[in-house]
Amino acid sequence: MNKRKLLAGPYLFWSVSFIIIPLFMVIYYGLTNDNGDFTLKNLAAMATPENLKALGLSLLLSVISTTVCLLLAYPLAMILTNMKVGKSSFIVLMFILPMWVNFLLRTLAWQNLLENNGVINTLLRFLNLPTIDIINTPYAIVLGMVYDFLPFMVLPIYNVLSKIDQNVISAARDLGANSFQTFLKIIFPLSLPGVISGITMVFVPSLTTFVISDLLGGSKVLLIGNVIDQTFTQGSDWHTGSGLSLVLTIFIVASMILVAKYDKEGKGAAF
Amino acid sequence: MPNKLIDIKNISKSFDDNLVLDDLNLYIRENEFLTLLGPSGCGKTTLLRILGGFEKPDQGRILFQGKDITDLAPNKRQLNTVFQKYALFTHMTIAENIAFGLKIKKKSKSYIQDKIRYALKLVNLDGFENRYPDSLSGGQQQRIAIARAIVNEPKVLLLDEPLGALDLKLRQDMQYELIRLKNELGITFIYVTHDQEEALTMSDTIVVMNQGYIQQIGTPEDIYNEPQNAFVADFIGESNILPAIMVQDKLVQILGTNFPCVDTGFGKNEPVDAVIRPEDIDLVKPEDGIMEGVVTHLIFKGVHYEMEVTAHNFEWLVHSTDMFPVGTKVGIKVDPFDIQIMKKPESEDEEAAAADE
Ligand SMILES: Nc1ncnc2c1ncn2[C@@H]1O[C@H](COP(=O)(O)OP(=O)(O)OP(=O)(O)O)[C@@H](O)[C@H]1O
Ligand SMILES: [Mg+2]
Repeated sequence: MNKRKLLAGPYLFWSVSFIIIPLFMVIYYGLTNDNGDFTLKNLAAMATPENLKALGLSLLLSVISTTVCLLLAYPLAMILTNMKVGKSSFIVLMFILPMWVNFLLRTLAWQNLLENNGVINTLLRFLNLPTIDIINTPYAIVLGMVYDFLPFMVLPIYNVLSKIDQNVISAARDLGANSFQTFLKIIFPLSLPGVISGITMVFVPSLTTFVISDLLGGSKVLLIGNVIDQTFTQGSDWHTGSGLSLVLTIFIVASMILVAKYDKEGKGAAF
Repeated sequence: MPNKLIDIKNISKSFDDNLVLDDLNLYIRENEFLTLLGPSGCGKTTLLRILGGFEKPDQGRILFQGKDITDLAPNKRQLNTVFQKYALFTHMTIAENIAFGLKIKKKSKSYIQDKIRYALKLVNLDGFENRYPDSLSGGQQQRIAIARAIVNEPKVLLLDEPLGALDLKLRQDMQYELIRLKNELGITFIYVTHDQEEALTMSDTIVVMNQGYIQQIGTPEDIYNEPQNAFVADFIGESNILPAIMVQDKLVQILGTNFPCVDTGFGKNEPVDAVIRPEDIDLVKPEDGIMEGVVTHLIFKGVHYEMEVTAHNFEWLVHSTDMFPVGTKVGIKVDPFDIQIMKKPESEDEEAAAADE
């Protein structure tokens, strides 16, 4: 019995030193000032107009990119599910392959592609076509988010879809449902757990990213991730930075609870 | 005699290189209770899936009331299926499961409510409306699957081993309920099972299948009393299948001893298989029998005793209400009409195919 508990040792050590302690440090810094006195000022820092604007933009862009990811991923996952095993694993591999390349490098590559004198515009100019001018705009950021996070949407949805018993789909057809009704009443509701974990896995990193907005948004587009990043690195203000992080964390946890609750209540009844 | 409701014509189906159904012909009459019986993997489910429209045959046609429905979508067919693995909708309550087909057909709320109550009562699960399938036992799920199909009052109900997960008592109750239901609603049943007893008690017609071929079609009595080949004989009930030689008309030599029988029309000294049911063997005093043997095993089976009698190096399976202790010398006697003579197949494949002709 005790031996078995020992096995959890490395993980326990890991989570205490790299999750629990840092978390408490963030909480400590977020709730104190330079003198170590308790204050809510750092949390309130989120309420300044610039910060609210950054948070609002972050929310908007992550909602958009999550939606785009969902709209792209769902049909793709369905196509994959209906394929013969050999073929589909090849395409799934094609999707996972980019994930093996470092995230920073992939985003940098997009910067190179989209730049005013980048690969795409050079090509367009060469073909005498109008150039696209989206680098350093929110569009480029959404593009980057979708590109970087799409696999996180495809995989969980593919996972649940491929586990749906074909007989269940046959049963719906057998009882008179056409393919659209079968999708609406059977396939989609059964795939909701995958959809929700996909949404979580795209929405959260999109909301908190500062690398994508840095590289593809230049310094022109400020997301909440950039604000927090700059507060720590440029302003060296650990207290305000931690306070902002705390608010963002609370925000994310609250939205996840909401989603999870909807998931449970939505079981069947909603559809 | 009622006319053909479904006509299955020259259906072939293979998965990759695996030929599952080979040029199968079969028709089902209105109001018939037809059972597909055969060992695991012989293609029963595949045939049902073709009838339901979930699988396209490689060859052949399906006619429904004379109309070709081979390419018709499953939701356009006037039949419902009870799937082998229940296939309940896990995200819906039992009531929603049962209501599914009716809602699609836009029946009124009160009609649907009545039907749900009626169906649950029928399968002995009143009060389960708001439970979810995952919280039900296998047998309960199976009964819900039956209820869900039946409320739609289809012309034909396809049932793929619908009672497989039930215990003996419940299974007998459900067999009875299904037959009552069939007679009440006038539904035609196509029933799949590999339980021969179930097939014998419930069916009007039994179709014995093996390796994608039909081995024999007939009434339960036909199939049991006059199996056309060793496979059917072996599959339906227990039997002694003995290598034999047809000495002349009405005389067969089994294990070197001549037995009078009633079969004619075989070649002189043609090798054949003789089938004798265990309950058709009479054990008598050694000097009164045709062949002499010794009881080697004895088991009490409730209604009868099951004995093994070794005679001429063959273990004869005997069912009798008289008991003979192990070691008793006995005589074996068989009435001529209880010996069933069958042509010998040369190989297993040929055996499967030969019966199809
Ligand atoms: N979708 C499929 N792909 C490949 N092979 C299949 C498929 N469906 C069935 N088979 C094969 O076809 C053969 C017949 O299968 P089927 O399910 O019809 O058997 P069955 O008679 O219903 O058996 P059981 O009594 O075990 O349910 C089997 O050898 C099976 O492996
Ligand atoms: Mg089957």
